[in-house]
Amino acid sequence: MQVNGYKPLIVAFCCNWCSYAGADLAGNNRLNYPADVKIIRVPCSCRVNPMFVLRAFQRGADGVIICGCHPGDCHYTSGNYYTRRRMALLFSMLDYLGIERERTRVEWVSAAEGAKFAATMNEFTETVAALGENKRLEDLRCKQ
Amino acid sequence: MQTVTREQLINKAVALLADGTVKCVLGWKKGEFDYDVTPAVFETEEEIRADFVWNDFCGANFSKYLVAKTRQFDGKILVFLKPCDTYSFNQLLTEHRFDRDKVYAVGIPCAGMADISKIKEICGDGISSIEADGDYLSVTTIYDDQPIKVEIKEVLAERCLNCKSKKHVAYDELLGEEGDVIDSNRFDEVAQLEAMTPDERFAFWQKELSRCIRCNACRDVCPACTCEKCVFDNPNSGVENKSPANSFEEKMFHIIRAFHVAGRCTDCGECSRVCPQHIPLHLLNRKFIKDINEFYGEYQAGAQEGSRAPVVDYTTEDLEPGEVFDRRDTNA
Repeated sequence: MQVNGYKPLIVAFCCNWCSYAGADLAGNNRLNYPADVKIIRVPCSCRVNPMFVLRAFQRGADGVIICGCHPGDCHYTSGNYYTRRRMALLFSMLDYLGIERERTRVEWVSAAEGAKFAATMNEFTETVAALGENKRLEDLRCKQ
Repeated sequence: MQTVTREQLINKAVALLADGTVKCVLGWKKGEFDYDVTPAVFETEEEIRADFVWNDFCGANFSKYLVAKTRQFDGKILVFLKPCDTYSFNQLLTEHRFDRDKVYAVGIPCAGMADISKIKEICGDGISSIEADGDYLSVTTIYDDQPIKVEIKEVLAERCLNCKSKKHVAYDELLGEEGDVIDSNRFDEVAQLEAMTPDERFAFWQKELSRCIRCNACRDVCPACTCEKCVFDNPNSGVENKSPANSFEEKMFHIIRAFHVAGRCTDCGECSRVCPQHIPLHLLNRKFIKDINEFYGEYQAGAQEGSRAPVVDYTTEDLEPGEVFDRRDTNA
């Protein structure tokens, strides 16, 4: 994905039990999604601390997406319900500080939804690419 | 003007010390000037009679001090709590941060506290004494022979202008009269910011947060911040102190600081009171409180002991993170 020579860096936190397997399925099915998406496997979407999201932006991410099991399907019964509340509050706060709301997203992707995973990543990368480089939460010390 | 007097508080403290009910007293101690009142522990009657003060600058919330002091002292501790302090008190009890049996809480009514920086804007520097005089403060400076009269209403701290409650939610004994929960306009400022464009909001916060010197006073004073190990003390984090290079670490610090107390913040306003750079930190906390009220139903941390904080709770019908913005856009 390139817009005027600019390639965004997307960090995707994927739940081990569903979205990570969903990404696997997307690969097995030969579905295309941008190589700019860097997947970080987490045991559950609720493992994602708000610090992880900010830290990703600090280290140069242009967009952060958190993928977990559909509500009700959590491997640990209720983890994704906590994610939902936490991220709703965090995203609302980031927006309040004037950081583009399109840079953050939560998406529920099951292990069977390889196509949804690929489509989501394509669409999210396009959105972030259109926004351009992350300037509002960058850390110059981490820039190369 | 405060409705209970210093003498009333001193008599209460001395009586409880004398009959052995309490071992020590948490109270406000006179500083170098009339306005730099500091929290202190008093163990004898002489200390109390000499140094105890109660005036329009006794803003400090003692709830957090109980966490350390109940471990340090064997007997009971007498603590004076203003209405907003009792919310923090309840919240800490809910989190099992101190032993309720080791505290004797005396609720005292509060008429609002004055903000010294607002007084200095009117009277200038060189203030040598400030005395309460009805609804006025008479401020003497080293440059004037006549004291300057300042109406207390004019110099109230921001948190007191938007006071949410004059009602004590926890106490063993109450001095003076009980007040009511107030229908305050404390979310107006947050709503104004929300109504701005993202660029304006970013400019606003960039301007405010770039003044941060990372002294961590807001964290240290916050009654909700009682972790013994703090994520911001990690020297490898890259955000443990002020970076000379750019502003990322202060944005990170303030977002995370507010997030860590989301759902537990009672909106006591101590963070803004102690900020040496006058950053309106309460606007970050109130944003979370406002969001929680809107998304998950009205919730006031500390209003009821044992209540479950919304961030450690869930329902299967909660709104999706993506819907947060659709909702706001349709409301606007």
